[in-house]
Parts: sequence; C-alpha cells; structure tokens
Amino acid sequence: MTTPQEPDRDDIETLESGELVRPYVIINGRGFSDGNRFDLVTLVTASADSEQRWGQLDPEMRGVVDLCDGGYLSVAEIAGHLGLPIGIVKVLLVDLAEQGYILTRAPIPPAQLADIKVLQEVLDGLQARFG
Amino acid sequence: MDSRLGSADGVHLADKVQIAAKILVVGHFAVGKTTFIGTLSEIPPLRTEETMTQAGAEIDDLKGVRGKTTTTVAMDFGRLTLSDRLVLYLFGTPGQQRFVQVWEDMTRGALGALILVDPERLKDSFAVMDLVEKYGISYAIAVNYFDGSPSRSEAELREALDLLPETPVVTCDARDEKSSAQALVALVRYLQSRTRQE
Ligand SMILES: Nc1nc2c(ncn2[C@@H]2O[C@H](COP(=O)(O)OP(=O)(O)OP(=O)(O)O)[C@@H](O)[C@H]2O)c(=O)[nH]1
Ligand SMILES: [Mg+2]
Repeated sequence: MTTPQEPDRDDIETLESGELVRPYVIINGRGFSDGNRFDLVTLVTASADSEQRWGQLDPEMRGVVDLCDGGYLSVAEIAGHLGLPIGIVKVLLVDLAEQGYILTRAPIPPAQLADIKVLQEVLDGLQARFG
Repeated sequence: MDSRLGSADGVHLADKVQIAAKILVVGHFAVGKTTFIGTLSEIPPLRTEETMTQAGAEIDDLKGVRGKTTTTVAMDFGRLTLSDRLVLYLFGTPGQQRFVQVWEDMTRGALGALILVDPERLKDSFAVMDLVEKYGISYAIAVNYFDGSPSRSEAELREALDLLPETPVVTCDARDEKSSAQALVALVRYLQSRTRQE
C-alpha cells in the first residue's frame, strides 16, 4: 500500500462535482495504472471465505465483494452497478485480489479471443437466439 | 429477452460461463448506440464513467481549466449470454471524443466493431471511423434510417464513406431486435472471413 495522500485542495475547489473528487479519496491517492491487469470484461467473483472477513473492508470494497458474491460479473458490470468509474473499480479489484477477497476467471488473451471458434460460437448463439 | 442461458438471479452470469467476448457499437452523437445495445441486451443496459488523468491534458474542452486533469465520460454496455460458456458484451461510446483511456479499454481484445451511421449525417461518422481504424479493429457499417430519411444506394454510401470493397454495409433499425441482431451477424460473418485469411 502506498501512503495515503490528501487530494490537492486546489483541485477540489476547481471541480464542480463532488463525485469527481471521491475517487482520489477511495483509492488513497494511488496510481490508476495498477488496474491494467483487469480488462473491462475480466470476470470476477467473491472468494468462498470472503464473507467471514467482509467486516474488515472499506465500504467501497465491501460493495464490490457483496455484488460479486453469488456469481461472476465483468469489471464493467461491477462499475455500472456500483456507479463507480472503471479506473477506480480496477484499483479496488487489485487490492481485493491481493487480499484474497475475489477471484477472476483466467483471462483469455486477445489473440485467442479472435479465434475462429469463438466467432463461430457467437454466430451460432446469435442465430439460435434471434432466429 | 431470453433467460434460458442467463443466471438464476438475473444479475450474475450463469455458472459455466468462461469466455467473455466484446464487440463495440460505436457511432456519432445520437445515431442509436444506446438504443441498439438496449434492444439486444439481456440485462438492463448499464452505463459507466471513465476517469481521465494524463489524457485530459490533450482534451480541448478542458484546456484552460487550471489543474483539472480528471473528467468523466459515459460508456453504455449490455450483455448477451450466447452459450453455456460464452458471454458477449456490447460496448458503446461516442466517437468524436478523444478520450484515450476509454478507447484503449474498449478496443483491447475486442472482436470487432459495428459502426452505426445516419445516412443524413455521413460526415459525422468520419471521426469514429478514424478511431476504429487507428486501433486496428475490423468493422461493419450499419445504416440506421430515421423516419423521413431518403434512402441512399449502397454504392452512394460506400463512396461517401470511402469503404473498402469487402467492408459489409447493412441497414438496421436499432429499435428492432431482429434487425439489430442481423447487423451483428453480418459483422461476425465478416470477422470470420478475415480470420480465415490470416
Ligand atoms: N427511426 C429510428 N430511430 C432510431 C433508431 N435508433 C435510435 N433511434 C432514435 O434516435 C434517438 C437517439 O438514439 P440513442 O440510442 O439515444 O442514440 P445514441 O447514439 O446512444 O446517442 P448519444 O449517446 O447521445 O450519442 C432516440 O430517440 C431513438 O429512439 C433507428 O434505427 N431508427
Ligand atoms: Mg447513448
């Protein structure tokens, strides 16, 4: 963990919306790039024992674990449901993963995603569903 | 909406889903992106914001706002579970913005893009086409005819948009499920043909 930093006073005053300031507070001034190992569609779930240790978490982190309890969701959905920016959610996820609160499905590398099999499965799925 | 493949609670993914694929639905302002995603999604469409840091420095709108390096932009998305193990996410964002982080996030690992086009405002599509091309994403064009738009020939559209001969052009009504699904099917077939060639 990096040392918490006070958000820049001047920044706070120039921003019109309080919501824009909140992210700095949540992540304690930590850099945004740490979250890059999480893609928009990385699938995340709460780990089996997360509930027992739930009480030790910040409200924002608890919100993530709570939402992910009971099944998988993409990073984008977590952000959408919680009303948090993607960049912030990624940073929260890095911490939660390090502390064992969440698990991810093994990421599929882009090259493999473009695989002809995946495209065929998308096509078959669309046709089965919409005729 | 079809819940056969979805999860029991309607929020989480079905247990066996392993692979998340991503297709972009992009286009200029008010062309029908949100409508398109909402028509096909099995969950109520969601909206997120991105936090801009360094990229903010390059954004005209923010020039002159002293010290402000953070702003947000909306991104719409929806979800379609297409098999026991595969889920497709549709992501949409307007193209005229140069929000680097949004585009990097959206395009990373994307199978391809559907570019929605209003035949009355073809020039407005150039910015988003440039972005999609810049990120190396294969795309198809879906022409959304709005009420009262005169129809245009495919040749006319191709020429105006300066398309490659192989780029698919389909017409679509983003409010209609079948029509929207067909536009995606045309894109996926095109992506298949591109993958086979490689
Ligand atoms: N006739 C017709 N109207 C459409 C179609 N798609 C969308 N609309 C209408 O066009 C308007 C704008 O659609 P949106 O889906 O909000 O467009 P958007 O691209 O998400 O707009 P922004 O997010 O503001 O850039 C809405 O009133 C829709 O009902 C279409 O295919 N045909
Ligand atoms: Mg929209």
